Amino acid sequence: MMIDATFWFIVLLTLGSALMVVMNEKLLYSAIALLFTLFGVAALYVFLWADFLAGVQVVIYVGGILVLIIFGIMLTNRITSVNISHTSVQRGIGGFAVLGVLVVLGLMILNTPWHQVEYIEPAQTTATIGTLLMMEYLLPFEVASLLLLAALIGAAMLSRRAE
Amino acid sequence: MTGNMIMDYSLVILFLPLAAFVIQIFIGKRLPRQGDWVATGAVLATLVLSIAMFTSMLIGHDPHFAQEASFTWLDMGAFKIELGFLVDNITITMLVVVALISSMTHIFSIKYMAGDIRYSRYYAYLGLFTFSMNGIVLANNLISMYMFWELVGVSSYLLIGHWFEKDSAADAAKKAFLTNRVGDIGFFIGIMLIFSTLGTFTFSEIFDSIAAGKMGGTLLTFAGVGLFLGAMGKSSQFPLHIWLPDAMEGPTPVSALMHAATMVAAGVYLCVRLFPLFTPDALLVIAYVGGFTALFAATIAITQNDIKKVLAYSTVSQLGYMILAVGTGAYIAGFFHLVTHAMFKACLFYGSGSVIHAMHHALHKKHDHDTDPQDMRNMGGFKDKMPITYWAMLISTLAISGVPFFSGFLSKDAILAGTLSFATHHPAHFLLPVFGFGAAAITAFYMFRLIFMTFHGKPQMAELYDDIHESPKEMTFPLILLSTLSVFIFYTLPYFNPISDHGWFTELVVAADAAVPGNPSAHYIAEGVHHAHYPAMALSLLVAALGIFLSWTMYFKKKLSADEWAGKLKPMYSLSLNKYFFDENYNRFLYQPLLKLSSLVAHIDWDLYDKYFINGFGRVTKIFSFFTGRMDYDGLDQTIVDGIGRSARNAGGVLKFLQTGRLQNYLLFALLGVVVIVLVQSF
Amino acid sequence: MDSLNTYLFIAAILFSLGLFGVITRRNGVAVLMGIELILNSANLNFLAFAKYGGMNMSGHIFALFVIIMAAAEAAVALAIIINIYNNFRTINVDDVRGLRQ
Repeated sequence: MMIDATFWFIVLLTLGSALMVVMNEKLLYSAIALLFTLFGVAALYVFLWADFLAGVQVVIYVGGILVLIIFGIMLTNRITSVNISHTSVQRGIGGFAVLGVLVVLGLMILNTPWHQVEYIEPAQTTATIGTLLMMEYLLPFEVASLLLLAALIGAAMLSRRAE
Repeated sequence: MTGNMIMDYSLVILFLPLAAFVIQIFIGKRLPRQGDWVATGAVLATLVLSIAMFTSMLIGHDPHFAQEASFTWLDMGAFKIELGFLVDNITITMLVVVALISSMTHIFSIKYMAGDIRYSRYYAYLGLFTFSMNGIVLANNLISMYMFWELVGVSSYLLIGHWFEKDSAADAAKKAFLTNRVGDIGFFIGIMLIFSTLGTFTFSEIFDSIAAGKMGGTLLTFAGVGLFLGAMGKSSQFPLHIWLPDAMEGPTPVSALMHAATMVAAGVYLCVRLFPLFTPDALLVIAYVGGFTALFAATIAITQNDIKKVLAYSTVSQLGYMILAVGTGAYIAGFFHLVTHAMFKACLFYGSGSVIHAMHHALHKKHDHDTDPQDMRNMGGFKDKMPITYWAMLISTLAISGVPFFSGFLSKDAILAGTLSFATHHPAHFLLPVFGFGAAAITAFYMFRLIFMTFHGKPQMAELYDDIHESPKEMTFPLILLSTLSVFIFYTLPYFNPISDHGWFTELVVAADAAVPGNPSAHYIAEGVHHAHYPAMALSLLVAALGIFLSWTMYFKKKLSADEWAGKLKPMYSLSLNKYFFDENYNRFLYQPLLKLSSLVAHIDWDLYDKYFINGFGRVTKIFSFFTGRMDYDGLDQTIVDGIGRSARNAGGVLKFLQTGRLQNYLLFALLGVVVIVLVQSF
Repeated sequence: MDSLNTYLFIAAILFSLGLFGVITRRNGVAVLMGIELILNSANLNFLAFAKYGGMNMSGHIFALFVIIMAAAEAAVALAIIINIYNNFRTINVDDVRGLRQ
């Protein structure tokens, strides 16, 4: 029972924050809301018995990407005005379209007979993930590292000062 | 001469002058001598041919000779109109008269009209006239007679108005034509009455139908009077006599040809042809009109001073005689008088033409343009200077006055006998012989007055007298010829009795019986005339002698002063001199009201009807079309047609906003599309 | 009540919200945030299937790689955005349309 209540509270928190992210006019508020959303998602990961990923989420997403975003916000606006606000456009029709998408997705979810299998909780998720990375998914792992290298170089190049 | 030859000759006689007219009208001016030889040659050819026919008539000596040829002009199934020619002894005689007088006119005009500004056109119109007159003579039905009747009227109009620069000539031509038209209305009504009852126009068929009793009584009287109205117009009888004196505005040879001998005789000819269909009542009307005209015109002639006017009124009076003869039943006597009158009247006109020609030359020499060359008061004593003219005119005057040994005596005598006989059988109509004998006396008086004033006595204008001379031979030749033909002998051959009209004429030209049942037969009439012959002769000799004596006393011996008597009888003199104020009264009571009426009608039509009605229609149409145009242009074109274009443009204008260039918009559209597709597919 | 459908629904809602953010927001960084939401929803999906749908650990690996990729992408994106800001003085996505004809 407690679990349920907590679960639903976390879900509410996540979705509410997500709403704040997209609806709020003040950018920084959106960023903070995104923080809460990411945390909420991490909690949901835990509920899904993906503890390693929850940690990774917090560390990389919140600690890395969100910080980057906040950096981006700060660097691309005039800081002097705390009230950094930007209006959004086509909310009406966009909302309608998105609602449509939601409806479609919902119907799809409800109507598809998912192949459900009982889940056997693994002994250690982290060790399993590590083993898999080195064994079966070695190629994607190397490619990912290449990707990160490319991203690193690219970002560094892009942010060079023009001479 | 076979029947076919007669018809061929008739056709040639008819169309040769027409050919001359066509040639003269189109190329006359460019021919040498302006083509007068073309016209004269044509007419002389017709003279030769008609004399040939005449000779054959004399040789054949058949009083009942008649040749008829018809062709269908109009065939409409329900009714047919046939036209054709009728040649009998009357026709042949008339053809000779027309050809002879026409040729004389052509020859006379060579010198009389020399130097005229429209010489070739004059000859062209003469040819047209000869063609039309022959058409009347040769007609065997009412329709072609009517057609040629009108043609003769047209020729008269053209010739009277030959010098149309003069207002008086142009007016006179119009007057002649219009007065004739008035008569022609009656003519046409008469024709139509007959046609609607009997269904035919041909004379012989009409007479047969009437004899069979198909038409009679009042209707036939009306038809007869209607037809006679045409004769009244053409032959210038009272009250349609007003045009003939004015017609003297035309050249004198024209007056001789048309208004003495032939055209005006056409009316008499019509009555002669149609005599069988006149009822007794119609004949009475005819007799009284003719008789009254004879007397009435004579009373005007005694005071006229213009030589041509005297002759004009004399013609009216003589025509009255002929009509009177028709009315009393002795219509062949009337026809006889027509022939003799043609000769001596034409001769008189030519003579007056000769005198006027001489006066013109004399006045021109003296550069005098004010004196009237036609006024007898400026003449006098011309007999020594113009002997041929004098003798020709004297012979003609003797003829017209009814002196024995001359042709006029014979014909007048016959007419007067006819009136006496009629009055004897119908004592109520005693006035007719009074008209006849009275006119005879007055005629003798004024004709000799003319002779005395012109040729005898002292010259009234001595300065002119020296320059007066005889006319050239082209002018004197007709005078000699016609005066010769005024002697009795040419009509009484092969007999030589000067006081009896028995001769080729009376033997060959016989009266036809009346077709109207109940009318006296020709034989009966002839009997009556025969009985009245000697009393009439005695009486006519008496009145003629009376007239000549009075004239001799007044104008030759000058024992009685004309002026004194004119002063004593001032009102009557004034009435006579002013032709009884006929023209003035017609003007006041007929022409002016008619003109006012027509101008009123014109005002209604032009100012009111046209302006409001017709223009109103136009305006309504304009407004209507304006609205239709608006509907079409603004409504249809602009709104619908252009509207389609505009809405396409607007749609494009709206749709262009889809191309915003913004990524998020495209994303949105894609999303919407996916949603729509999926939803549509699943439902 | 944690069945597969629940997590799928949550992921769907997150996805929609992320989409809404992408198509609605004018600020480039805000758009980026919307993209992050979408990526997160995808991750949630993966892990839900990993637990309930028979993917087992493959789901986790997938989600890990997604996170890696998201990081790389966020870095590059922000670098671009900062460059744009330096050049155009604005990061309004409507205003940066120099390529538009």
